Amino acid sequence: MTTTAERNVTGTAFTRGLGVVTIAGIVLLVILGLFVSPADVNQGESVRIMYAHVPGAWLAYLAFIVTAVSSAAYLWPRTRSLTWDRIAGASAEVGVLFMAISLITGSLWGRITWGTYWTWDARLTTTAFLFVTYVGYLAVRGLGGSHQQRAKRSAVLALLAVLEIPLVHFSVELWNTLHQEASVAGRGTDVTMDGLMLFCLFLGVIVFTLMYVWLVLHRQRALHLQDMLDDTGLDAALAARRAEANV
Amino acid sequence: MNDSNRSLASFASTWSTARSMLGKDLLIERRGRVLTNQVLPFALIVMVMFAFALDSDAVLERVAPGLVWLATLFSTLFIIARSFAVETADGALDQLRTTGAPPAGIFLGKALALMIQLLALVVVLIVAAVVLYRADLSWEGGVLLVTTALAATSGLAAVGTLYGGLSAGAKGRETLLPLLVLPVVAPVLIGATRATESAFGTNGIAVGEGWPWLGLLAVFAVMFSVTGAIAFGSLLDD
Repeated sequence: MTTTAERNVTGTAFTRGLGVVTIAGIVLLVILGLFVSPADVNQGESVRIMYAHVPGAWLAYLAFIVTAVSSAAYLWPRTRSLTWDRIAGASAEVGVLFMAISLITGSLWGRITWGTYWTWDARLTTTAFLFVTYVGYLAVRGLGGSHQQRAKRSAVLALLAVLEIPLVHFSVELWNTLHQEASVAGRGTDVTMDGLMLFCLFLGVIVFTLMYVWLVLHRQRALHLQDMLDDTGLDAALAARRAEANV
Repeated sequence: MNDSNRSLASFASTWSTARSMLGKDLLIERRGRVLTNQVLPFALIVMVMFAFALDSDAVLERVAPGLVWLATLFSTLFIIARSFAVETADGALDQLRTTGAPPAGIFLGKALALMIQLLALVVVLIVAAVVLYRADLSWEGGVLLVTTALAATSGLAAVGTLYGGLSAGAKGRETLLPLLVLPVVAPVLIGATRATESAFGTNGIAVGEGWPWLGLLAVFAVMFSVTGAIAFGSLLDD
């Protein structure tokens, strides 16, 4: 059996099936979330934002955990393989995208519900830091050099982020408790949720996770093709031009 | 050689590498005078600009501690860039690697040199805050401030050396370094600013309230120093 890279494609029967299931899930989520499920007693229609916001945030954190674990797997001599590096990179790219979605939907929801786009809550602030950190991570991946150089540099950076994020979270929390009034984030959490609303959240998490796996598989294979192009692109182009000259 | 002798020898070689790196970087600064002739004037003009932007004595007095550390962070970025510009020029870093010097020693030496330069910078900025922003400093507050400066600059130096090494030699590092370093040093900004507020007695905060923030700064400095000493080798490897 040939690998996807050998056939110059990123899709397989599995990813096609996964894609169909993901799209069907998104359609179902849109129908249930936007039309069928009721409005919230306290939050009104704005609760529907949650069906994209919560899964988005969950996915973003999942993506960065996958990036950190893959980076550790690359640095560990016994499991060193560029595949781990590509998975880490693909996962971070998808993670940054979903982090942006969850930050934007979150601040829109906050404006409607709390009357403010932003609050200096530790969870919010940490999320923003995570976003910036991984934007930096992606920039480092694009620095150039050999594949191994890129892999090692970015793997160390991803593990440093694992050190950084809890420290940021802890210090922001400390800053908040000593210097600010109680955060608004805790308000309204004691409401009991309607069964269908809870189902929508649950469905959202599953659908987004499937979408994540789908995107990362394709992206990882695309990165592999990109690496192969970098390795052989110039030689192949030279050979082609020479062949033309000899005709 | 038995095991304890070997670890003693490797410790000695790490330390001697650190000392020569430190001496080299300070000598370069003494001859080049980039810190004194370029970075310090920049930091001072930033302090003056803050006063233009905020336009009120009362506000300036209130935010003086934060401004001191913001100006420090901005200037730190230049010092880090300078610290690794001298290493990547003329392939100096490659030659350094061929000597087989322990990477942990290189890391510690460069971090110490960075820390000493940062300390000098912080001292000047605190004097500037006292002069320009009417910050008030008691003896008791002074002790807290010196300890804060030591803890904060060692954390900044460790992070700076680590990320400076990471982006050394890469194209576009001038713009990348701030993006990488600033989010990481946010805890230092928070901790050092709160401790300095106590030392200055801003808003009537007692000096004693500043000491717990030193814990945060110390944890930060230790974590990144240890990580840096371990990870620096793999950043220089290839």
